[in-house]
Amino acid sequence: MIKEEMRIRSNLPIAQHIFEMKLEGNIPEEVNQPGQFLHMKTTNQVTPLLRRPISICSNDKDKGQLTVIYRSGGQGTKCISEKKIGDTIDVLGPLGNGFNIENVNRTDTVVLAGGGIGVPPLYGLGLELKKKGIHVVSVLGFSTASATFYHDKFAELGEVFYCTMDGTEGHKGTVTDVMRRENISFDQLFACGPVPMLKSLEDTFPDAKGALSLEERMGCGIGACFACVCHVQDDPTGKDYRKVCSNGPVFPWREVALR
Amino acid sequence: MILETKLPGLPMKNPIMPASGCFGFGEEFAKLYDLSQLGSIALKAATAEPRYGNETPRVAETPAGMLNAIGLQNPGVKDIIEKKLTWLEQYQVPLLANVAGSTMEDYENTAKQLADSGLVGAIELNISCPNVKEGGIAFGTDPDLAAELTSRVKKVSSIPVYVKLSPNVTSIVDLALAVEKAGADGLSMINTVTGMQINVNTGKPLLANKVGGLSGPAVKPIAIRMIYEVRQQTDLPIIGMGGIHSVEDVVEFLYAGANAVAIGTANFTNPFICPEIIQGLEQWAKEKKVANIHDVTRSEVVEQ
Repeated sequence: MIKEEMRIRSNLPIAQHIFEMKLEGNIPEEVNQPGQFLHMKTTNQVTPLLRRPISICSNDKDKGQLTVIYRSGGQGTKCISEKKIGDTIDVLGPLGNGFNIENVNRTDTVVLAGGGIGVPPLYGLGLELKKKGIHVVSVLGFSTASATFYHDKFAELGEVFYCTMDGTEGHKGTVTDVMRRENISFDQLFACGPVPMLKSLEDTFPDAKGALSLEERMGCGIGACFACVCHVQDDPTGKDYRKVCSNGPVFPWREVALR
Repeated sequence: MILETKLPGLPMKNPIMPASGCFGFGEEFAKLYDLSQLGSIALKAATAEPRYGNETPRVAETPAGMLNAIGLQNPGVKDIIEKKLTWLEQYQVPLLANVAGSTMEDYENTAKQLADSGLVGAIELNISCPNVKEGGIAFGTDPDLAAELTSRVKKVSSIPVYVKLSPNVTSIVDLALAVEKAGADGLSMINTVTGMQINVNTGKPLLANKVGGLSGPAVKPIAIRMIYEVRQQTDLPIIGMGGIHSVEDVVEFLYAGANAVAIGTANFTNPFICPEIIQGLEQWAKEKKVANIHDVTRSEVVEQ
């Protein structure tokens, strides 16, 4: 993990409130798994005070560049969205444990299930899986058509099912709805998105192998502040916990309590 | 430039320490820099039994600050001594062990175990945590209870006892004088300021605990005022804290009357803040031609 001023190579809207930013620096060299994240200082001022955790979408060690996709919603991400090419941004990273694909067999079919701003880290994961020659199917859910992005990119990985809650693009309904309706089968399931989506996947596929990635409000991002802890499953004492930032954000299915 | 700062139980090579609850037990930061650079380390609060703490969300951002309601999550004093303190020993940094509890007996037992471990330099009584339902804050707002707790812990502790004061009182001077009389060896101030934030879209509090403790640059003027007031009434050592982000902030705390300072929330925005400030303080002293950090005192402020 290092802290550095990364140089912004591009920062453009790619969907409604969604931005893609390319950054250059030494952090890409340190990235060792898809699904790791960056902790970004949005301004040099004291407001907004805290960094913003943003997952790495894809990483290019050779070029020393990486791509992040974020939603400009609150004050902090709005600051990031206003940054220009050539500006620098204070970044801590790479942080957290990403997706471990060592146990994915060459003959496996992997489903990438993403929801909204949980979709980006699955793209980097898909690239790594494809490199290993693994069959990838993506099931991507969004609120509405104008919020969708990366159609071409995911198409390069394999078959893609789009779904929107309002039915304006692809299938109408949730990722789980579509997986059930279309009988999409898999050997391993990797997912990132809002907790209700992850919960519904876990309930529907109780024996799934693979992993999920959580989003959570964070303080320090390195495991020191205990802001982003979650309960674990099968813990009658209720005292066991995982830190999303440093134990995760990627966890095996059925390890952490989804609520 | 002499940065060396000797406080009861804490022979510090410089007046900088991370504040309790903002540094865990140092493990995460040890991966980033050599902890032996620090003057001291104020450890995350220890309680008699392990605690999970509050549900999430536990932090909420505010203008120039943040609210937290972690709820004293910690593995319990036994594990802290056996796993965390024995590991920290390698850095040879004097440790300030923060102690919290629900009853006076809790505080006594936990403080005694920590003192008897021989691994910490001093105890910091956390009588000001705003985020737990019982104990804590009650001891911190009633001068009689604060004094009783202090004298009881003093009796069982073989090492110096600091009392961490709450700003959520009408007169912090009354609390400071009460614990001084009860035998406190030092004060640390201030803990967080109780606050609340409501999401205007949902009408619900942002924190699961509803209320939390405000920290960060937003509370610095409160801390400065309180240290300044207390310093006029007592010569007890004061570890000052509240929104410190820069060398200038440290100097301001020293002027107000602090003998050393703790850096809290800033560790979250910049995990390298403590060593950066230690270096910066040396540079500052060189530029200002200050030979000894203890020449930076409140006298100029007080006598005006």
